Amino acid sequence: MAAAVAQLRRIGLPRLIVHLSVLAIVLLWLFPTLGIFISALRDKDQLAVSGWWTALSTAHRTEVARLADPATQKQEGNLYVIAGNVWEAGDARTIDSFGTRIQEPSAVKAGETADLGEGETLQVNADGSYRYAKPEAFDGSRGRRIYLTVTTPPEFTFDNYRTVLNSEGIGRAFINSLTVAIPATIIPILVAAFAAYALSWMRFAGRTLMIAMVVGLIVVPLQMSLIPLLRMYNEIGTIFGVPSKTYAGIWLAHTAFGMPLAIYLLRNYMVGLPKEIIESARVDGASDFEIFVKIVLPLSFPALASFAIFQFLWVWNDLLVAMVFLGTTKDQIVLTGNLNALLGSRGGNWEILTASAFITIIVPLIVFFALQRYLVRGLLAGSVKGG
Amino acid sequence: MVGQIVSAVGVMIVGVLACIAYFWLSNKLLDMIFPVRDGDVMAASRSLRRRAIVRPWLFVGPALLVLVVYLVYPVIATLILSFYDRSGTQFVGISNYQWALNDREFRQSIFNNILWLAVVPAACTFFGLVIAVLTDRIWWGNIAKSLVFMPMAISFVGASVIWKFVYDYRAEGETQIGILNAIVQGLGGTPQVWIALPFWNNFFLMAILIWIQTGFAMVILSAALRGIPEETIEAAVIDGANGWQIFWKIMVPQIWGTIAVVWTTITILVLKVFDIVLTMTNGQWNTIVLANLMFDWMFRGGGDSGRSAAIAVIIMLAVTPIMVWNIRRANREMGGH
Repeated sequence: MAAAVAQLRRIGLPRLIVHLSVLAIVLLWLFPTLGIFISALRDKDQLAVSGWWTALSTAHRTEVARLADPATQKQEGNLYVIAGNVWEAGDARTIDSFGTRIQEPSAVKAGETADLGEGETLQVNADGSYRYAKPEAFDGSRGRRIYLTVTTPPEFTFDNYRTVLNSEGIGRAFINSLTVAIPATIIPILVAAFAAYALSWMRFAGRTLMIAMVVGLIVVPLQMSLIPLLRMYNEIGTIFGVPSKTYAGIWLAHTAFGMPLAIYLLRNYMVGLPKEIIESARVDGASDFEIFVKIVLPLSFPALASFAIFQFLWVWNDLLVAMVFLGTTKDQIVLTGNLNALLGSRGGNWEILTASAFITIIVPLIVFFALQRYLVRGLLAGSVKGG
Repeated sequence: MVGQIVSAVGVMIVGVLACIAYFWLSNKLLDMIFPVRDGDVMAASRSLRRRAIVRPWLFVGPALLVLVVYLVYPVIATLILSFYDRSGTQFVGISNYQWALNDREFRQSIFNNILWLAVVPAACTFFGLVIAVLTDRIWWGNIAKSLVFMPMAISFVGASVIWKFVYDYRAEGETQIGILNAIVQGLGGTPQVWIALPFWNNFFLMAILIWIQTGFAMVILSAALRGIPEETIEAAVIDGANGWQIFWKIMVPQIWGTIAVVWTTITILVLKVFDIVLTMTNGQWNTIVLANLMFDWMFRGGGDSGRSAAIAVIIMLAVTPIMVWNIRRANREMGGH
């Protein structure tokens, strides 16, 4: 005790409070996600009847069982006895307690004998074997119904993942999401990098205006673009006889929607590159194209990486653009769209929802933890963007 | 499936190559059109000057094209469409806006959006600041920050599933599998259908966005706090200021600009909030917001582009002051270049 007090004095009470409050915040932030991680791995019957935080403890459940028919009774001395096992062979569950009324499914502990009045007794053991005895012969045609409180050990399984990947279309949607996200990340980087170079190192009329336009467009809500673009896509589709909802269409849309932030971030970075390097290359007779490809592009790697992560997360997590520019058929629906559809059709099936949600968020989480450094840098550089 | 992967990879390569080819070929072409030959100095310098005029436009061309087609033109078109009827053919003046002002759902959306604007940016900034200050003082602060920051990577739809599970409801007396109702029932309360609880359900939806965005506020504010010069804090300590005073009178005033940036960024995000409401309630139980109402009218009854556009314009109007502020700030910062 004295040692603990000394320890506490050394750390200091205020410091301890800081540690504990940060711990509380972190747990609060982690708890919701933990819920679906654990639930997705649970047996679906257990998931439906107990909270995920009890996943590691053994579950107690009430079950109904029927004793054998009166026809199987045997006479032992002056008692009529029905004996047997409530489980089929091979069942490993253990019985905690039992009862004869639904209101009291755990009235009597397993292994003890329940006195049912008028000399009638029932004994159920933990392994399921029972002995039901009575001074008079049993009548009726069906066995007696009894209630058991059963303990089941925690069960973890990958079945939920197998189900959603195959029969709920999540596997296919995963591929679709990749098909959307990768080109929609690479194309805007290339296009924006050239523009950013021109806006930082080349002189031309209208440069300031274009920079102002880019900054202004960063915050323009997507909603302002949707209606005219939807019309435009439909018209182009009708005129040229092509489908209006295509992957190429959504790549271009994402390229454009990511463009203002991309140009802004990259320009801010490129402007800060040392002037001497670029000027001396110019003096040596290098063209702007060569300077850009050989000097500026490699030096801008950190900014390019920051934007790539932003754009990838944004495209992967987007629902609105995909709902407008892509179809909802199996070969076009993306993960977020599929998850949204499942929320409607599988509202109560948490084993399906949690496993699907996990597959939806795992890729961004890997990207996040692997490349967090670049993401933070990008955020600090581009915090005028509204998402 | 394999076919799709192959074709996706193929298209990816073609797309990227086409991009590279455009920039490379257009530059080559420019050099060929305006050749620089030895000998004729006058002609050479004229060529060089012309190249310098054209080349910037080759570089910004594709970017400018997508910006104009996908953002500038649609903004103007939406503005115009908002004065036309449902099919966009008949001019109807301001009647779409008049309709909006008298529409019950629209009023509900405005009310909810204001509620969101009042709560979410303030809550995110406050929690972000508190967590940034606390984590800066402990050795495992970076791990803690990383975990609070993590929801940033999760999609709104994924986050909605996560929180729908938290809010899950079973009838009273049954085993609750949603943690919130389990806690409420454990403490002797009555479990509630949280997302259908009038008025308060808005706050349960906001909790999701706060959960996602606090990490963003924390990261930015934490960097700003580290940028505060040590001397100012040391001077305050010498003058006998306590921790509370140092925080409010020394630290907060110095990061005021950053707080404003965080606040406005989250404000814009809140104005556009869509996915969370769509997946949690689809606007039922009085939770509808402008972005969802707008999306609804895009397709409702075959779509009403007039009403939908009018709602979009109203979202745009709300964003405009922030946009102007951003442009001015950027222009000021650019002064040197």
